[in-house]
Amino acid sequence: MGEAIVVTSGKGGVGKTTTSANMGTALALLGRKVCMVDTDIGLRNLDVVMGLENRIVYDLIDVAEGRCRLNQALVKDKRFEELYMLPAAQTKDKHAIAPEQVRKIVEELKPDYDYVIIDCPAGIEHGFDNAVAGADRAVIVTTPENAAVRDADRVIGILEKRGFESPKLIINRIRPNMLKSGDMLEIDDICQVLAIDLIGIVPDDEAVIKGANLGEPTVMNPASRAAIAYRNIARRILGETVPLMQLEEKSGMLGRMKKFLRLG
Amino acid sequence: MSGKPAITIKGTKDGLVFLLDDQCDLASLLDELQAKLDKHEQQLSGPLVHVAVKLGARRLGEEDKERIRSAIRRQGNFLVQSFESDLPEVVAEEKPVLRTMTGIVRSGQTVEHDGHLLLLGDVNPGGSIVCTGDIYVMGALRGVAHAGSAGNEKAIIAASLMMPTQLRIAEVISRPPEEWTSAEPLMEYAYLRNGVMELDKLTHLHASRKEVMQFKGV
Repeated sequence: MGEAIVVTSGKGGVGKTTTSANMGTALALLGRKVCMVDTDIGLRNLDVVMGLENRIVYDLIDVAEGRCRLNQALVKDKRFEELYMLPAAQTKDKHAIAPEQVRKIVEELKPDYDYVIIDCPAGIEHGFDNAVAGADRAVIVTTPENAAVRDADRVIGILEKRGFESPKLIINRIRPNMLKSGDMLEIDDICQVLAIDLIGIVPDDEAVIKGANLGEPTVMNPASRAAIAYRNIARRILGETVPLMQLEEKSGMLGRMKKFLRLG
Repeated sequence: MSGKPAITIKGTKDGLVFLLDDQCDLASLLDELQAKLDKHEQQLSGPLVHVAVKLGARRLGEEDKERIRSAIRRQGNFLVQSFESDLPEVVAEEKPVLRTMTGIVRSGQTVEHDGHLLLLGDVNPGGSIVCTGDIYVMGALRGVAHAGSAGNEKAIIAASLMMPTQLRIAEVISRPPEEWTSAEPLMEYAYLRNGVMELDKLTHLHASRKEVMQFKGV
């Protein structure tokens, strides 16, 4: 029996879909069988980020309304054998489906997969209710901005009320140089306010935007720092203990030489 | 409720006295009041009549008093002048209940309490606590706290870490850091002095609140 994890944030544009795509792909890289479910009906993006848009035949609403079987709607990833995606409908809106229907679909997926990753729409209304309905665990994505942290706090409050045990936190799009200059919220401060376990920090990385445009999840590209961060997150989800990554850019050979000479 | 009326109306030289029964519940009292006033609609036009409401051994909050007041006022020429209760008014204010709560008040959540509140946890930005008495936060106060919400200007707000979005005591609202800034990372409390919000170290609280304390030992 697999586990259903919802990726949510409250605020839009903090990287829920990117996180879902990369987390799912990273878990597949580690040999797990994964199904990603896009619940952002009317504004589906997960298929674009995964580069699977042109393979969609049926969607979540078709399954809910009985126009097709669940297996027919699942889109198999082009890179991994054991990575699937259930796309959202693009022509309907969030009220086209009820939380109970989503819960039933997720329950149906769980026995066949190790992880079901549910990509949640922004907001805390009906779409959010749909996304969290079938989830066992929650991952909250935020960025080091006050507005995003405020919304994350709101969502954590709602999830706690619904009986989710200890949601996990991902701080996305960190800019190390801004942290250094003190222009960005400190990671420690965010954790202190939100008071939940941190499961990963992801540096801001241009490779993420590039990858999303190409339909290649960043996590495939081991040269990207964000990719390493997502891989670490996947390993932590599997229960491994992985230290948080150092945000400082590693100084190259030349930098080390300079440092050495100055010290000498 | 059959037979015995819950409301008796008497005339005095100053106007009317409404004697309200103090045993029945408030809703049926209001219903009967309404029925009684409706029945006498024609007779009750004319010059302004002052009404004194006697509550017996019942204590009403401002909200309930207002409901009675507006029910009587609807007659046009009746004006409620006073509420009288046989119970001494002060007792209730002297002994507010202290409630202890554990947890984080997150954005969008509100804790309301009639009395004092001790919160073991944080209040995050966007979260709020509203109390008729004092508020004590064993944690970081980053949201909104409103003490003495029913108008008690003696209420205080104390926090281990005072970084609020806004503080309110009774009717006074203050916005840090425009109006004051927390000087040191010490336990602090906010209070009203001459209608202005001030902040002080918690160790100074005993000076303004002279409570009799008995310490054992020498």
